[in-house]
Amino acid sequence: MTLPFGAARDRRESGGRWWTDRRLRPGLAITLGLGLLAVLAPLVAPGDPAALGAAADRLSSPSSSHLLGTDLLGRDVLMRLVHGSRVSLLVGWISVLVAVLLGTAVGLAAGMGPRWLDRFLMNTTDVFLAFPRIFLILLLVSLTTPSLLLVMTVLGLTGWMGVARLVRAEALSLRERDFVAAARGLGLSSWQLATRHVLPNLLPTVIVAATLRVGSAILAESFLSFLGLGAQEPAVSWGAMIQQGRGYLLEGWWLATFPGLAIALTVLGYNLLGEGLRLRLNPQDHREGRDG
Amino acid sequence: MISWLARRVAVSALLVFVLLSAVFFIVRLAPGDPLDQVVEENLGPENRDLIRRQMGLDEPLFRQYLHWLAASSRGDFGTSLSQQRSVTGIIGEALPATLLLTVTAYLLHLLLAVGAAVAMAARPGRALDHWIQGVGLTLYSLPAFWLGLMLIMLLSGKLGWFPAGGMHAPDARYLGWWAWLADLLRHMVLPVATLAVGSFMGTARYLRTSLAEVLDQDYILAARSRGLSERRILFRHALRNALLPVITLLGLSLPFLLGGAVVVEVVFGWPGMGRVAIEAIWARDYPVIMATTLVSAVTVVAGSLLADILYRWADPRVRLAGQEAA
Repeated sequence: MTLPFGAARDRRESGGRWWTDRRLRPGLAITLGLGLLAVLAPLVAPGDPAALGAAADRLSSPSSSHLLGTDLLGRDVLMRLVHGSRVSLLVGWISVLVAVLLGTAVGLAAGMGPRWLDRFLMNTTDVFLAFPRIFLILLLVSLTTPSLLLVMTVLGLTGWMGVARLVRAEALSLRERDFVAAARGLGLSSWQLATRHVLPNLLPTVIVAATLRVGSAILAESFLSFLGLGAQEPAVSWGAMIQQGRGYLLEGWWLATFPGLAIALTVLGYNLLGEGLRLRLNPQDHREGRDG
Repeated sequence: MISWLARRVAVSALLVFVLLSAVFFIVRLAPGDPLDQVVEENLGPENRDLIRRQMGLDEPLFRQYLHWLAASSRGDFGTSLSQQRSVTGIIGEALPATLLLTVTAYLLHLLLAVGAAVAMAARPGRALDHWIQGVGLTLYSLPAFWLGLMLIMLLSGKLGWFPAGGMHAPDARYLGWWAWLADLLRHMVLPVATLAVGSFMGTARYLRTSLAEVLDQDYILAARSRGLSERRILFRHALRNALLPVITLLGLSLPFLLGGAVVVEVVFGWPGMGRVAIEAIWARDYPVIMATTLVSAVTVVAGSLLADILYRWADPRVRLAGQEAA
């Protein structure tokens, strides 16, 4: 049966709210749940995740005493997963914060500033965009001793370009709007226009862009940790856990499997949340390719 | 068109040049010493200095930069510091391996993306649309390196269907031509699947939006009123026009594919550019770092240039608008 096209469109529009809720609700549930888990990690899973377990417990498969099994040193995988969420979320949030602040500043300056500044900033953005991000990240991260701080900084400093372009485009269209023209007529400076009138209206765009990028930042962090370039022992990170399980795919399938599922769930949560927010707030955003 | 193209090429070349220069100074100013990888620790400082001088690493940084500029403009990328081989040889071996992997994966990626997008856009808002969106977003959220490991664990380790890594079996060179090809294909299945399956949803969602927009156009209504079948409308009338924005995406996918190749090559031990790059970074092998940077930067910049050209060629509206503006 062929559906008349108008009907399909009506269905889509009337289903709009329901649609977004299908993303927003699970997205919120996952991200809030994981955030809470990360904050309360010492209470939920008390003890030191790096402390060696009993010798008898080494590489034991999932059972009632260790729900997700134990690793080579007899440490409980579930407990380490709970603690590992802190690293993933911390890196995800901080690096995106850096990227979004930088991107918004560059984009706003390019969109609201003089023409030469716009040209200069956009050309700089193009230089950064002309590089496969993972190359740049690997280059920078591996040149000094690995640390979480370095990973966050590098992910932030290599992730702002998309936001900058987005914010610039949005600012360019906002500056032509009547309320901005009116404010300009009142004699406000470009700086005042940008910060007081354009920036607040950019917020939905920026929030959605940020949420959608947390997922890819977490993926990138996990890959760096997998390569041994991220968080170092005794800190627990999901990527490093997968690396430890890599040599035991057959003897200890649970070692690599569960941390990967944890990453996937977290990233899915942020992607769902970002999608839901995007459909709700409806700014234009084309996601960049992810890394990791 | 010609002047537009000339300007665009010039800007692209300048971009690559700026980028390479930046990387040149970044890698040399960063801590770490390429000699650590080649020289034994107890060699003594005099010998270290001698080797450093032979490698040309004792000169002032700016002089090294000028040397590098002069040599690379002649097409001479030097000798690898850690492997004592010509950089051109190393790249010449690794690049085809990466291209084989990424191009195959990209074709599969496009196939999956078009299939999923058509299935979603045919009945927007229906169950199939929701399902594909859900499954696709989940696949999109998987860490690629982990997906690769899981495929190795299940399809290679447990079931033994495919080799766990590498590009050829150890005895590949004694195989006949067909057996050699079959062996190569068997080695390609898991890495190609990892690259394509985890990523196609990005393109599929883009294409779905594009299809939905096209399906709202009057000429689709006209086609419907002429009594054409839905299938014919979707594939003959809508898909062609909806693919237009995807052309741009094609060029922009290149950096992403190169990045994905790094991940997949590490997990599957594929002897391509990504592994060469990572090993060079680790060994502070400056000439190899510069060459891999050059290759990836040129690929990316050429990709976006190509996308611009294709887009102008495919869409007369853009072409004409450009002429008016010029």
